[in-house]
Amino acid sequence: MRVPLSWLREYVDLPATETGRDVQAKLIAAGLEVETVEQLGEGLKGPLVVGKVLTIEELTEFKKPIRFCTVDVGQANGTGEPQELICGARNFAVGDKVVVVLPGAVLPGGFEISARKTYGRTSHGMICSSDELGMGDDGSKGIIVLPPQHEVGTDAIELLELVDEVLDIAVTPDRGYCLSLRGVAREAAIAYGVPLRDPALLDVPAPNEFGYPVEVSDPLGCDRFTARTVTGLDPETRSPIWLRRRLQKAGMRPVSLAVDITNYVMLELGQPLHAYDRSRVQGAIGVRRAEPGEKLTTLDGVVRTLDAEDLLITDDRGPIGLAGVMGGANTEIADHEDEAGTTEVVIEAAHFDPVSIARTARRHKLASEASKRFERGIDPLAASAAAQRTVDLLMLLAGGTAEAGVTEVIAPSAPRTITIPADHPDKVAGVAYGRETVVRRLQQIGCDVYGQDRLTVTVPSWRPDLTDPNDLAEEVIRLEGYENLPSTLPKPPAGLGLTDRQRLHRRVGRALAGAGYVEALNYPFIGTEVLDQLGLDADDPRRALVKLVNPLSDEEPAMRTTLLPGLLGALRRNDGRGSHDLALFETGLVFRPTGEEHTAERLPVDRRPTDEEVAGINSALPRQPRRVAIVLAGAREQAGWWGKGRPADWADAVEAARTVAREAGVELTVRADQHAPWHPGRCAALYVAVNGEETLVGHAGELHPRVIKALHLPERSCAMEVELDLIEQAGTGALQAPRISTFPVATQDVALVVSRDVPTADVEAALREGAGELLESIRLFDVYESKQLGEGRKSLAYALRFRADDRTLTVEEASAARDAAITLAGERTGAVLRGA
Amino acid sequence: MSAPNKSYDPVEVEALKPEQIERMRDEALAAFAAADSLDALHEAKVAHTGPTSPLALANREIGALPPHAKADAGKRVGQARGAVNKGLAARQVELEAERDARVLVEEAVDVTLPYDRVPAGARHPLTTMMERVADVFVSMGYEIAEGPEVEAEWFNFDALNFGPDHPARQMQDTFFVQTASNSGSAAGKGADSDGESGVVLRTHTSPVQARAMLDREPPVYVVCPGRVFRTDELDATHTPVFHQIELLAVDEGLTMADLKGTLDHMVQSLFGADMKTRLRPNYFPFTEPSAEMDMLCYVCKGESVGNPDRSCRTCSSEGWIELGGCGMVNPRVLTACGVDPEKYSGFAFGFGIERMLMFRHNVEDMRDMVEGDVRFTRPFGMEI
Repeated sequence: MRVPLSWLREYVDLPATETGRDVQAKLIAAGLEVETVEQLGEGLKGPLVVGKVLTIEELTEFKKPIRFCTVDVGQANGTGEPQELICGARNFAVGDKVVVVLPGAVLPGGFEISARKTYGRTSHGMICSSDELGMGDDGSKGIIVLPPQHEVGTDAIELLELVDEVLDIAVTPDRGYCLSLRGVAREAAIAYGVPLRDPALLDVPAPNEFGYPVEVSDPLGCDRFTARTVTGLDPETRSPIWLRRRLQKAGMRPVSLAVDITNYVMLELGQPLHAYDRSRVQGAIGVRRAEPGEKLTTLDGVVRTLDAEDLLITDDRGPIGLAGVMGGANTEIADHEDEAGTTEVVIEAAHFDPVSIARTARRHKLASEASKRFERGIDPLAASAAAQRTVDLLMLLAGGTAEAGVTEVIAPSAPRTITIPADHPDKVAGVAYGRETVVRRLQQIGCDVYGQDRLTVTVPSWRPDLTDPNDLAEEVIRLEGYENLPSTLPKPPAGLGLTDRQRLHRRVGRALAGAGYVEALNYPFIGTEVLDQLGLDADDPRRALVKLVNPLSDEEPAMRTTLLPGLLGALRRNDGRGSHDLALFETGLVFRPTGEEHTAERLPVDRRPTDEEVAGINSALPRQPRRVAIVLAGAREQAGWWGKGRPADWADAVEAARTVAREAGVELTVRADQHAPWHPGRCAALYVAVNGEETLVGHAGELHPRVIKALHLPERSCAMEVELDLIEQAGTGALQAPRISTFPVATQDVALVVSRDVPTADVEAALREGAGELLESIRLFDVYESKQLGEGRKSLAYALRFRADDRTLTVEEASAARDAAITLAGERTGAVLRGA
Repeated sequence: MSAPNKSYDPVEVEALKPEQIERMRDEALAAFAAADSLDALHEAKVAHTGPTSPLALANREIGALPPHAKADAGKRVGQARGAVNKGLAARQVELEAERDARVLVEEAVDVTLPYDRVPAGARHPLTTMMERVADVFVSMGYEIAEGPEVEAEWFNFDALNFGPDHPARQMQDTFFVQTASNSGSAAGKGADSDGESGVVLRTHTSPVQARAMLDREPPVYVVCPGRVFRTDELDATHTPVFHQIELLAVDEGLTMADLKGTLDHMVQSLFGADMKTRLRPNYFPFTEPSAEMDMLCYVCKGESVGNPDRSCRTCSSEGWIELGGCGMVNPRVLTACGVDPEKYSGFAFGFGIERMLMFRHNVEDMRDMVEGDVRFTRPFGMEI
């Protein structure tokens, strides 16, 4: 809502020195979001005067037609001689009154005017267009032609009201009444503590039987319809300057007098109005719902197929308007330039159901100034005043005559009351305002208030948003000033801190960052293409997607089932930008349909839902476990003066999984696997024990070369992805502290030869088990293959450390444990001692 | 060793003459002094203190002396040998110190060599910013509540007093999830499935508040950080996926003053003791009364307002930075979430983490926080 300060002052006596910025601050404190204060005519300096065109000489030797004019500007130029001016516009004739800016003047934007040579003549100033004066578009497509009654030499800055301030207010949905000068003026009057001159306080004739016939067949959709008729309009009359200027400043374009007046009254009172050309309406005006498939051509020329819920204005032929949204083309007010201008109008001032209007506007993607107001709720009691104001202006400005008939169709309704304890606002705010203040503030906004300890509050007709006790509390608190609220700090009971799941989430992030990984937070949107590129089988569960109705991109219409597409995208983006040695990680939710989804019920809101109802809603949602993933490319260790670098490889990916498991205090079991999108020979399946049961939590390794090619990734890129929630479930609670033996360690190295395809993990497990309790640690320190070992064999060299809690081990004891380890490894894996 | 020669009566033995002993001592000391390395010193040591050294030989002659002369000569030789040994030890220490100093010089390295063998990792600043804000409240006793990102409309809208016709429920703001039957087939796209599933991508973290109230008995003090979704195209100032943190307190007798105090506490914890907040009336369905919250500009502390010489780009010389929305939990929301509004009241606020990161760290383009470029994220390190 754009509110010119000069217009606002018509209803409120603001202090004369108060600037737009001052008013802005006051209104913001009262809860109106005044976004900007526009300074109209800033920097404008005269002389800018009314002139009368005396002669026009057409200059034809230029690319476009140019006019050399003489214009009578009276004594404004100091000489009284005609002013010689060059003009490129053509929408005027000899005798027209125009706006002339003379040398020495400055136009908005710092444009200084001086006499200058142009098109072979000297132009002593300029004939002005509305754009050049910062007035906005007036639809003239040329210079301003003024009505003839204005005297030459008159100051045009004042005449055209060029200097003003405009408050631009973003009106929140609850403050529909502030989509009018009346509403904003009411707030300003309260803020300044001055009286309001309510423009809706008009003498309105009582309804009678002779008005234009109106039949409302849906009183729920339309509980009030006022119709007035004005005849004898002069179709030639144009809107006066003051009216056009106010519309322009409020952001509307002047159209024709009748339309301009309805728009003006809407801006003033907040009541949308519609003017029908009576000669084009056939029979009674009706209000009803549309029949499915019915059609209407609206004022914007669009043919609209109507929905059964659309509320319509009709005449004998059928629909003539979408009620409260937009009129129909068939009863439009005819412009005076058309063959037959409109001379008789029927004025509609009605009140429609906000929800119905909102739905229709949305359904037809047709948000109009009218629908914007009806949706938020207008003052039903202002309808007849608005109709009267429109009639008055049509009589005053267009020479019309009001017919005596006054139609009012009203569905009876009672004023709304809310009962609150008198100290309710005090309790909400934490401030002792006292009953007097509460009552005074509520009366200021237009409420009737009765009662002592309990107040019965009748809310004003223009505040449909006031329905609950807290709505009234807000009114009192905002008028007393949010800025005056004290600052107190409640003391919550001792909390439990972070949950295990939350702590693990943080620890994993820190551990991976500590290991050199950089976190990326990728969008969770994917499409099937990337799943194809990842080489997933047709029945891979990661292909079961949660899809969006309205995705931003048709290529990515679904929610991720794995973190890898987003992370690999970030990997590729970084690589493309010249960062080639990359280690990235992400933690986040993936979305896995359960297959059991059903429509999530819309439960009632007037009571707590039952646990069953909540469970019912929850079962409509997909599973959303938290996962963690990493991707790697390029060097894991850089080359430098210290020596060679080391490329990132599958082992780094598996180690990242171990890092995650370590943070959870969980042991990770690694097995070879073949699983997309990993290299079939370099893919590890990762398991943990959840409640004693071995559970697959994810995979790690090098990516499949085909995947790398399809996704344009750096060669040998690696990845790991595990389900963090499962790892958390595998956690075993508080760690039991180890006992530290201070007896000396006995070290034994063994080199075993096994078949190449025996997993090292199996050999180690056998050694561990065979060595028994005395084994403190085991470490594989060398792996190699050679001709001497034989084809398909490998040598594994282990360092075994033995130690007892209670004594120094003898060489014999350590050797016996070692031999037992070797024996078991031999039995389980075929390992033999090297050289044996 | 021969038996004492009693018939021999030497009056003098040449080598034991005092001047000879002194000469031997002086020669030894001179040799030590002349030794310029530990090796040379060792040679001099052998020559002057070894078994064949002059003093050692002289010492042997003592036995040949008549008893009355033995003591005298012994004393002389002993003193000389003592002096020699002392000189040797002193020189040994000197030369060892010289050697040690030389070795340390030789072992010196260029400590300015760069080292980036394994470049440092980092957590995303949105993650750490969110944790930092949450921890302000966790330390006060609040708990962190979490919830699903794919959420039921009832939690996202209805329970929060968004009626069925609220503009936020329109397609231009909210991502709607297709019904399960549509999700199964490839050709499930279509506007006719609009909202039928009753499931959306949560548009704010507020549904977590509703879940927290249903899950817990009052008093409830929780913060809800998380990811939310709105159908905005990515550009310098918008992103369809962003992060919020919300706070909810439900207890007996909570007031707007408590809300104000909690907000003040937060900005003081994050931006300094002299910080404060400002509330401006606003409208949200889930709070009543509602307010927009601003914090004092932590850079200029409001001193840039109307002061062109001290313009502030953090707050555009407004003096205040818009933070987010807040208010007293609408009693209708309490009712829908099973809290008795006659007994309890609550306050809530929420704001965007991206925005806080932008003004706190001078991030100019939203895309930098979205694209995962390591050059952006790495400098933020582990904590913020």
